[in-house]
Amino acid sequence: MMEVIGWSSIFLRLAGHLWPVWLALVVLILPSVLYRRRLGLYGRLFDSPIGIVGLLLVAFWTFTAIFAPMIAPYDPLSQIAQMKNEVPGTMRPDGAGYYLLGGDNLGRDVFSRMVVGARRVLAIAPAATAFAFVVGITLGLPAGYRGGRLDTGLSFIANLVLAFPVILLFYLLVTPEIRTTGLPVVLAAVLFLFPVVFFTAFWNSRLHMRQTARNIAVGLTLVIGLWAWSGLAFNADPLGVWSMDPNLLNVFVSVVFVNAPTVFRIVRGLALDLRTRDYVAAAQTRGEGAWYVMLWEILPNARGPLIVDFCLRIGYTTILLGTLGFFGLGVSPESPDWGSTINDGRRLLTIAPHPALVPALALMSLVLGLNLLADALREESLKD
Amino acid sequence: MLKFLVRRTLTMVATALVLTFVVFWLTNLPPNLEKLAKSEASARMTDAEVESWLERNGHAQPLLKRYGEWLGVAPGWTWEAADGTVSGRCIPRGTPPEEAARFCGVLQGNWGLSTVFKQPVSDIIATRLGLTGILMFWVMVLMVPSALLLGVLSGMREGSRLDRGLSTISIASTATPEYVSGVVLIVVFSSSLVGLRWFKGTAASAMDGITFENFFLPVLTIALYGMGYIARMTRASMAEVMTQQYIRTARLKGAGFGRVVMRHALRNALIAPFTVIMLQFPWLLNGVVIVETLFNYKGFGWTLVQAAGNNDIDLLLGCSVVAVVVVLVTQAMSDIGYVLLNPRIRVS
Repeated sequence: MMEVIGWSSIFLRLAGHLWPVWLALVVLILPSVLYRRRLGLYGRLFDSPIGIVGLLLVAFWTFTAIFAPMIAPYDPLSQIAQMKNEVPGTMRPDGAGYYLLGGDNLGRDVFSRMVVGARRVLAIAPAATAFAFVVGITLGLPAGYRGGRLDTGLSFIANLVLAFPVILLFYLLVTPEIRTTGLPVVLAAVLFLFPVVFFTAFWNSRLHMRQTARNIAVGLTLVIGLWAWSGLAFNADPLGVWSMDPNLLNVFVSVVFVNAPTVFRIVRGLALDLRTRDYVAAAQTRGEGAWYVMLWEILPNARGPLIVDFCLRIGYTTILLGTLGFFGLGVSPESPDWGSTINDGRRLLTIAPHPALVPALALMSLVLGLNLLADALREESLKD
Repeated sequence: MLKFLVRRTLTMVATALVLTFVVFWLTNLPPNLEKLAKSEASARMTDAEVESWLERNGHAQPLLKRYGEWLGVAPGWTWEAADGTVSGRCIPRGTPPEEAARFCGVLQGNWGLSTVFKQPVSDIIATRLGLTGILMFWVMVLMVPSALLLGVLSGMREGSRLDRGLSTISIASTATPEYVSGVVLIVVFSSSLVGLRWFKGTAASAMDGITFENFFLPVLTIALYGMGYIARMTRASMAEVMTQQYIRTARLKGAGFGRVVMRHALRNALIAPFTVIMLQFPWLLNGVVIVETLFNYKGFGWTLVQAAGNNDIDLLLGCSVVAVVVVLVTQAMSDIGYVLLNPRIRVS
């Protein structure tokens, strides 16, 4: 019989392992509260209880992901046969510490896997959401501002993707076979080009009267953008700085592909509304180009709803990634990400619930934090 | 109105055609066909044998032609073997080729044969859809009234303590995907850990006879995730209606708060949620797939997972057609319903 410690001492030890997170939270929160009157929308979050809870949850998981190697007591992949399905707080057979949240069906430490899994989720979800936003904005602004045939065509394509059941799309796109056809690479090549196009248009439209500044900004964007593009999409970066695991690329591209049409629709709707405003007419009278009006007049004024949606969408993307893991799509069998850990644990749910319950609650609290944060942001931004 | 309907229908048909073509293309990619050949004939085939098998079974033709055959607008392929026997898409084994029909595709009611279940795809889908239909019915029965109640209660006095509490509940419900709430519910209500054991952790027995014990958890799991979203939409719509002039007029005329909510606000506030509930159907498909896998309920979602996991091309295509049609029909219904419910919108 192995030694088992009680819940109060489990929580104390968990809190001890998480010390970098507490430290970082204090460093973040104290100055924010002190200077909250000067921090604009972010500072006003501290006026609403919902905003504080949301921010704390999101910051907690962000710091957990950042400091994951310092927090995780054991290697998330190392297995100890005696620790299979052991209850939380069981001492390791070698006496060197405890499995604070128990062992899973292969005898791995559930706590370490959850912490390392946070890093995987938080590395992909915000990045994929950001890409989806850039794609959606680059296509949605012209569709809403120009209208006409461009709008009809793009809207039809967006509705096509939206009419596709997400789960079916994942099953068709995220399979090992599809990689041999090169489809994910083509999709990645198209989707990853949008940030380059976006930032080129962004700088060019602003600086086109100042030749030197324009040339430097656009040149830098093109060099860095195309360099990263070649590495991320084709794995052909000559210096080897940018690269992406093919499995990850497949998942990443699918998630961006699913999210982009919704962002497109939102941006298009906002552009359709904002293009009739006086400041747009003023810019047009000044003789500004179409891209200047879209990127420097309409986009900044549409930022409120977009920031709120960005928060919500990171949560939604986290749920999507969990769904992928739950069906074992696009992840390696040993991967500690939350979705596949839930999937591994669900077969023994009635006997040993902790391996599935821990990542499930982790995922729920992160998404809840993001949703609360979005809700508070919406309320506070409506107060102006 | 007629012009709107015609345009809507045409877009719908075009979308359906493009989507089924994309699914057809993705399921008939060369690696999938190679896997099909190896699982149907022999696992140790050489590349040349695979190629000749594909050619004999009509998989080597151009993609568009194969799609046309599957759809039933192009004549089915035929293959004459060296010994003179003729086989073909429309020629069932054992019947003379002269009697066979020229076209046999989805439009003619021929959905193909499942390689996993060894049954016609149309039969499988019909039975599985029936099972999922029962699940969806109970989900709707549970989800829609509770979501509307939640939304109306929190929207009628925006900013009140009741509103704050109920809004947090609906946010929490949208933050909990089915695979999380399902796991938590099973642990709480059917594991030995908590010891309640009120419900069963699997719905496999529900396929023979539904009881409250074996069916409540899956229904609740799907309903919870969708509920929050509908409730929030209802809340927003209700809160907006409550600021309207006619509500103030009714209050000033001396009508009680309950009467104002029930008679004046409710009807107008329910237009927006109607659209949302309709658009919720395709989204529920996700939940159905997850929950049927989690609770081992062998309905449509479970079939889709089996078909996709086992490279069962015809079955997967059949499932996709059903899924796409469900999505498109509900989208159209929500559009048309919105127009019919809201007299302020003119379509022509």
